[in-house]
Amino acid sequence: MKRKALQALAAVAVLGGLVAGHGAQAAGDLFIYNWTDYTSPDLIKKFEQESGIKVTLDTYDSNETLLAKLKSGSSGYDIVVVSSDFVPIFAKEGVIQKIDAPKLAGYANIMDRWKSPVWDKDNQYTIPYDWGVTSYSVNTKQVKAPADSLKLLFEPPPEAKGKIGMFGSPSEVMSLAEVYLGMTPCQTDVANMKKVSELLEGQAPFVKVYNSDGIIDRQSSGETWIHEVWNGDSARARVNNPDIKFVFPKEGVVGWMDNVAVPTSAKDPENAKKFIEFLLKPENSGLSSNFTHYASAVTGADAYFDANMKDAPELKVPADEKIAFTPACPEEATKLMDRVWTKLKK
Amino acid sequence: MAAQPRFRDRALLLAGPALLTIVIFMVLPMAIALVYSFMTASPYGGVEKPYTAGAYVRFVYDRDLDDSLVFDTTYLQIFARSLILAALTSLGCLLIGLPMAWYVATRRPVQRQILVLLVTIPFWTNLLIRTYCWVLLLRDQGLVNNVLLWLGLTKAPITFLYSDGAVLLGLIYSSLPFMVLPIYGALEKMDPRLVEAAYDLYADRWAIMRKLVWPLAKPGVAAGNLLVFVPALGAFLQPDILGGGKKLMIGSLIQQQFTTGRNWAFGAALSMILMAFVLGAMMWSAWRRAAIAVPV
Repeated sequence: MKRKALQALAAVAVLGGLVAGHGAQAAGDLFIYNWTDYTSPDLIKKFEQESGIKVTLDTYDSNETLLAKLKSGSSGYDIVVVSSDFVPIFAKEGVIQKIDAPKLAGYANIMDRWKSPVWDKDNQYTIPYDWGVTSYSVNTKQVKAPADSLKLLFEPPPEAKGKIGMFGSPSEVMSLAEVYLGMTPCQTDVANMKKVSELLEGQAPFVKVYNSDGIIDRQSSGETWIHEVWNGDSARARVNNPDIKFVFPKEGVVGWMDNVAVPTSAKDPENAKKFIEFLLKPENSGLSSNFTHYASAVTGADAYFDANMKDAPELKVPADEKIAFTPACPEEATKLMDRVWTKLKK
Repeated sequence: MAAQPRFRDRALLLAGPALLTIVIFMVLPMAIALVYSFMTASPYGGVEKPYTAGAYVRFVYDRDLDDSLVFDTTYLQIFARSLILAALTSLGCLLIGLPMAWYVATRRPVQRQILVLLVTIPFWTNLLIRTYCWVLLLRDQGLVNNVLLWLGLTKAPITFLYSDGAVLLGLIYSSLPFMVLPIYGALEKMDPRLVEAAYDLYADRWAIMRKLVWPLAKPGVAAGNLLVFVPALGAFLQPDILGGGKKLMIGSLIQQQFTTGRNWAFGAALSMILMAFVLGAMMWSAWRRAAIAVPV
C-alpha cells in the first residue's frame, strides 16, 4: 500500500515538474539578484501569476560583491539592484546595459524629483527601487536637549556620554559628518578632512559603539540613546519603543536610492523590462515597500501602504529637507577616509 | 636496495593528499597574498600593475601634505595593542587551563572522557553566535546586570561591554579549549606513582606543582600557547562585537583594507607582516627550546 502511494506521489511529482517546466518555457525565466531581505515574496508571487514568468531570486550583501560577480561576465542575472553611489561605476565598467527607461510603460509614474537623477541622467540605465535617508534617532525620554541639529549627535551634551552609537562603516559616518560641517561629500581637500577628523575624535569619548548591525535592538532597549540610523530601521525601533524619534536635522541628511538595472550579461532582457514595467505600477511598488519598510519613488504607491507604513513619521521627509546623495568616492577620497578612520581607532 | 625506492614511492603516495591540501589551501593563498602585497590597489577593490613596495613603506611612513614621507606609528600602535592582548589571552588561558587540565587528568578514565567531551562542546556552536551571546549577557540590560541589580550589589547597570576587558574576556573564552586540551594531553600520560613518590619524599603541594606537574605540562603549555596566541593575534570578531569597534586590532585593520578601505595591496602587506611576526615568534620559541635541550 505504502509503496503504491509513493509511486503515485512520484508520478505526480514528475508530471508536475513537466507541466511547470512547460509553463516556464512558454513565458521564460527571470533571474533576480537583490540585497538580502529586500525582495517582497508577495511581489514575486504576483509577478509570476500575472506574467507566467518563473522567477529565481538570489541575494548579496554589498555593492562590491555584485560588481565582482557581474565583472566575471557570466552571472546569468536579468535584474540587479544597485545603490545610487555605485550606478555610475557599474555603467562605466559596462556591466549594466541601457534600458532607455523613459520609453517604458509607467515611466511617468516615477515622482518628478526622482526622474533623471544625478547618478543616471535621463534614466538611461536604471529606475528607482526604494529610497531612504541617513540621520540619527534619539530616545526622547532620556535626552531632553532639543533634537533639531546634527550637533546633538556629533557634539553631544555631557549627560549622553557613553550612550552614542555610530555606524561601523567609515564612509557612512564621514558623509554625515561632512553634511554637519557643510562640506560636499567625498572630500579630497586635506584641510577639510582634518576638520572631519577633529570632529570625530572629539565625539569618540562619547561613543559607546561603532556598529551598523543591531541598531534597532540597541535603540529599543535603551542601551544607546542617540544613534546614527537609516529612517526605515528607526521606524522599526519606534514600533518596539515609542520614545524613539527620527530626527530631520536642519543641516540636512544623507540620502540613498537603490536602483533596478539590467546586467549586460542578462539572458532575457525582454523579461527584465517586463518586470521593470511591473514595478513601476503603484500597487506593485507599494506592495514591495510594505516588505522593505522604505519609501517608494512611484507616485501613488503610498495609497497601497499598510497602516503602519502610512503613518510612519520617519518616511515623511520634509519637502525642504536638504538631502545629500553621496556619490561613490574616488580613490583619493577613500584613502583619506581610511586614514581618518584608522587614526580615530588607533 | 630494491625495496628502498618502492618504499619511498609508497610513502610519497600516502603523503600526497596531505601535501596537496597544504599546497592548495595554504601555500597557494599565501603566495597570492605575497604577490598582491607588491602590487598597486585598484580603485574599486582588487589589484593591478605596476609592482611596488609602497604598501610596506606605508606601514611605517605616512605621506605628508607636501608628499614627503614622515615616520608614523599608527600601525605600529595597532600591532602593539594586538600583541599585548594576544599575550594576555595566552596568560589568562594558562592560568585557568593548567588547573583545569590537571583536574581532568587526575579523574578516573570514565570521568575524564566525559570532562574532555564537555571541554569540546563549545565547538558545536558557531563562534559568532557564542560571541554574540556574551553581548546579551554583558550589556546594560543583560543577564549579569539584572542579577547584580536584583541582588542589590549595584544601584545602576555597570557598562561591561565595549571595553578592552570585554574583548579579553571573549578571547580567553573562545581560546580556552585550545589551551586545556594540549596540556591535558601532556599530563594524561603522567604516571600517578610519581606524585606518591614525591609525597614520600616530603614534597608539599606547591613543590609537586612546581617540580613535577609544571615540567611535565611544559610541552603541552608550549603547544597551547601557540594555538591560543596566533589566532588571538589575528582575531577581528571579538574586538568588533565585544569591543564595539572602537579600537582597531591587526585583524580588523586587515579586514578594513579588503572591504571599505578598498586597498587590497595594503591588506595583503599587513597579512604578510603579521605572518612574519608569528613565524619569528615560533622560530624564537623553537630555538629557545633547542638551546635548553642541548646542555641536558
